[in-house]
Amino acid sequence: MAKKQDKDLMESGAKVRLGTSDKIIRGFGYTFLTLYSICCIIPFIIIVSTSFTSETVIRAEGVQFLPKDITLTAYSMVTKSGGIWWSYLVTIILTVVGTGIGLSIISMTGYALQRKDFPFRNGISFFIYFTSLFQAGLAPYYLLMTQTYHLKDSYLAVLLPLLMSPWLIILMKNFVKAIPHEITESGKIDGAGDMRIFVSLILPMLKPALATIGLFLALGYWNEWYQSSLFLSSNTPVKPLQFTLYEIVNKTDMLKNSVAGQFINLADIPQESVKMANAVLATGPIILLYPFVQKYFISGITVGAVKG
Amino acid sequence: MGKATVQVPKRKSDLTFFQKVKRSRVLLLMCLPAILFFIAFSYAPMPGIWVAFVRYNYRDGIFGSKFIGLDNFEFLATSGKLLSLTKNTILYNLAFILFGNFLAVFVAILLNEMRSKWFKKVSQTIMFLPYFISQVLVGILVFNLLNYDTGFVNGILTSMGMERWQPYSDASVWPPIMILVYLWQQTGYNSVVYFAAIMGIDGEMMEAAKVDGANGFQRIRYIILPSLKPTIVILLLFALGGIVKGNFGLFYNIVGTNPMLYSTTDIIETYVYRATVAEFNFSTASAVGLYQSVIGFIIVMAVNYIVKKIEPDYSLF
Repeated sequence: MAKKQDKDLMESGAKVRLGTSDKIIRGFGYTFLTLYSICCIIPFIIIVSTSFTSETVIRAEGVQFLPKDITLTAYSMVTKSGGIWWSYLVTIILTVVGTGIGLSIISMTGYALQRKDFPFRNGISFFIYFTSLFQAGLAPYYLLMTQTYHLKDSYLAVLLPLLMSPWLIILMKNFVKAIPHEITESGKIDGAGDMRIFVSLILPMLKPALATIGLFLALGYWNEWYQSSLFLSSNTPVKPLQFTLYEIVNKTDMLKNSVAGQFINLADIPQESVKMANAVLATGPIILLYPFVQKYFISGITVGAVKG
Repeated sequence: MGKATVQVPKRKSDLTFFQKVKRSRVLLLMCLPAILFFIAFSYAPMPGIWVAFVRYNYRDGIFGSKFIGLDNFEFLATSGKLLSLTKNTILYNLAFILFGNFLAVFVAILLNEMRSKWFKKVSQTIMFLPYFISQVLVGILVFNLLNYDTGFVNGILTSMGMERWQPYSDASVWPPIMILVYLWQQTGYNSVVYFAAIMGIDGEMMEAAKVDGANGFQRIRYIILPSLKPTIVILLLFALGGIVKGNFGLFYNIVGTNPMLYSTTDIIETYVYRATVAEFNFSTASAVGLYQSVIGFIIVMAVNYIVKKIEPDYSLF
């Protein structure tokens, strides 16, 4: 009797402990994650807010969390010249063409390298993988691109280097690995060639992989500024979106850092609100699209975490 | 299955090289564009590494310029430049790796403890968002928060009657800022892997622990953390493999070409970039780049060796 009571007591005690510790963890978790999420989003809100604030208010009071008076001046200044729409066009073309070509090559390669009966698969895999272990470095790459390939001020200098990466090919291999080898075998028995098997049997099963890798490629092209900064000079009239943004920021920096500051015409410095309006226009499409495609990125990260 | 796969290559190995090529010509053709790509953009620049050993001038080109042996390296080493760049790059990476993984595990565990599906989804979406924006925008965000004239932080300081803060001319404040920005941008991404690993933990084990009266802290301490250990170890090791590779986009877009901040923010990548694009000093740039590639290669090899010892399945090759 006494024992039973003891046991009951212990059980109820355990239940209470379990309850409180869970409550503490959950309470802390909700608080921490909420605060952390707010930190993640505040900079975005400030940017949007600044883009709608008039320059005089910014000069007088600094950037604000919420705009004091909403004005569209910055947006009309950005869109008036029309330059931003040309940048949009260039970026969209680069993104679509680059993602299309890259995806075709990556999926073909990923499939071939995963075929157990392909005698060169290890050799080629290593040939590709080695490029992520050892690189020539920026200077030799720059000299090759500009002096041997003559790609200075060519959009190809932006399009080509972003077509694929060893990581994306490994990711595709991991996706292909999940498709049973019997599919290929059955195609062979039916007398289909390798290309035919790939196009009509394998590709339809790779749809989630194509979505995931396509989105990584598209994100890379949309956010591209690095190759542009290397190879596109003032001789290229229309720059991709992010590089346009980069140039606006850099212009401000340059003017501010220059020693001959007194000769600068203040009107030459891009206004804060205009900078932010550019930033909103260049990033907007991603932020609007992203909640719908997030799951593909997550699957890519988890599949890619295991090596191929 | 295992037997069949062993037998297939055995039969194939009897074929001569040309027979193999002929039989698998379609698969080879499927790989050809990728092979050409890596030849054109990764292997073709390699002979150009020679520029690190010459005094480069445009007229004579890489292979016609005067050979000066290791002079470029010697200059970099004796001037202390190489040491300070290496130090900055490695210390930043160590901080990124340690704080980054700690916060990612922390966030993943908390996310897993949340019961509201809606809350999980929304907070994960928001935390992942900074990963998707360009580094250019990250630079703008930081400038928008911190600049002297119109920055958000200075607005708050002024409204509280405090003095304005001038981080863009004070090198000493940048290490913590860079680390915070890195964490802000990467934690959503980094926690995905850990979150997936927690989801993969055997549900029965969790239930059994609950029945045995393990409380929330005990479940985290004795089940979740030990289950995450292999993932953490492997990810840490691979991250260490890239410890001499700096995050160029982050540093260049935030610091730009502001010499006042170089002492604490100049990493190998930013130095090489400026030497190449702004100063056209290809020989110095390439010397630093080669030094970085060689050290990086040695470290990756060492890491792979260690991973192979601990967990052969995860080794790179």
